[in-house]
Amino acid sequence: MFDAESILETINMIKVNNLDIRTVTLSLSLRDCANNDIKKVGENIRNKILKYAKNLYCYASEIENEYSIPIVNKRIAVTPISLVGESSKDMDYVYLAKILDEVASEVNVDFIGGYSALVEKGFTKGDLALIESIPEALSSTNKVCSSINLASSKAGINMNAVLKMSKIIKNTAEMTANEDGIGAAKLVCFCNAPNDNPFMAGAFHGVGEHECQLNIGVSGPGVVSAAIEKLPKDADFGTLANSIKKIAFKITTTGELVGRELAKKLNIPFGVIDLSLAPTPNPGDSVAGIFKAMGLEHAGACGTTAALAMLNDAVKKGGIMASSYVGGLSGAFIPVSEDALMIDAVKRGCLTFDKLEAMTSVCSVGLDMIAIPGETPSDTIAGIIADEMAIGMINKKTTAVRVIPVPNKKIGDMAIYGGLLGEAPIMKVNTLCSSGFVNHGGQIPAPIHSLNN
Amino acid sequence: MESDKKIIVTVSGIDKTGIVAKITTKLAKYNVNIEDIKQSICQGYFVMFLLGGIENSKYSFREIKEALLEVGNELELEVWVQKRKIFDNMHKI
Repeated sequence: MFDAESILETINMIKVNNLDIRTVTLSLSLRDCANNDIKKVGENIRNKILKYAKNLYCYASEIENEYSIPIVNKRIAVTPISLVGESSKDMDYVYLAKILDEVASEVNVDFIGGYSALVEKGFTKGDLALIESIPEALSSTNKVCSSINLASSKAGINMNAVLKMSKIIKNTAEMTANEDGIGAAKLVCFCNAPNDNPFMAGAFHGVGEHECQLNIGVSGPGVVSAAIEKLPKDADFGTLANSIKKIAFKITTTGELVGRELAKKLNIPFGVIDLSLAPTPNPGDSVAGIFKAMGLEHAGACGTTAALAMLNDAVKKGGIMASSYVGGLSGAFIPVSEDALMIDAVKRGCLTFDKLEAMTSVCSVGLDMIAIPGETPSDTIAGIIADEMAIGMINKKTTAVRVIPVPNKKIGDMAIYGGLLGEAPIMKVNTLCSSGFVNHGGQIPAPIHSLNN
Repeated sequence: MESDKKIIVTVSGIDKTGIVAKITTKLAKYNVNIEDIKQSICQGYFVMFLLGGIENSKYSFREIKEALLEVGNELELEVWVQKRKIFDNMHKI
């Protein structure tokens, strides 16, 4: 017995509306790889990743074939490398980055995340050494992704780290100038970074997690758009939210099936499913397309923040109903370069940097894949990061900054990355000086958690 | 529900003679038991859904799928072969 309508619906979601498993991310602790000899650390890392991830690619391909659902990326997330390399006499983090890159290629994964440090309150020697090494590490590797947690609702904002990262972002972009600063596209600053996020560039294996687990990221903005387009134009918001929840439920159960099957084959625990509407540059695979389906003229119109808030919340509710193990970032991403209609909205002048910042107060991540002029002063970038960290800290949510100061490019030029990273129009950033503020130094204190208004 | 050994075959395209015969012959050759089948024709467009059991087949899922996709290529039809679990998970609470 079967229901023909359900079968057709599933096939259409995959074939027409680009439903996919965006990533299966093997999340692996490397804490036991520490050693006082950096060469030994590298060897330990290599052996451990090979042991756990050698079958990831072929098992994932097998499951892709069994259910005819694309698994777009296979990835690995590891313990923040600042912790792993810190015990070595010679803290040569670039050497470890190269090992990670080599072994990622060997096991045929698309990205490896965890070139990371958690510095929301302060730096250790290892944290500092890792951060200083980021420009060289990201410009001499292809698959390594880096994330730094600079703030949290419990600790406040480490403004020394914010300032440092603003310079590191600029250096990283400059060292990859011949590829439009792609190094900075693999680098993200977080507030309240999740420990189990399968998405890049921010994936790392948190310290409270299993030895090894499989996290899965599912996407499908096109499926949500299609569901909304089927509703009558005068459907009320309750109906709209319900239809998003139902489709989010279907996407999540499918993702969990794939995650559990793959975890079983790999003989590791299933971690979390992260249902994030992550766009791709492909036609119809757009979060901005959902705003249009909801009745806005384009992304950036007044009402966009409200539309995104409802979308983000409904996606989470549908996901929570479908699985007990929803985690990571879960919600709606708004990366500019990866979303064809967001790019279009920026080019037409409909969507500005300031509106994007407002949207990040209700989206699931933050300022993501935004190209800005290469000549933007690092203090202005520090101001951008500080603003975004403040939104996350006060609202007790994850926020992030992945901006790319594209060397030698000016407002209106395009930065071209290709693949999932897409292409980005260089956006105008406020040119008022932020230096006096961001250079105060020290910590913005943790906020009060009562008297909420 | 044990649906790991159940597959759903969906065939669609321009109607012509012998579609069901060719698909079912191939299934028989690969020891796939047909447990349910539905087909319809709408404005000359053929759609068929088939529930198959592969528990008694000595062939792997991959081999069976490849054989059916080959028939699809010959007849210029779109063929999807999926484990049934994906539908059970997506559409049942």
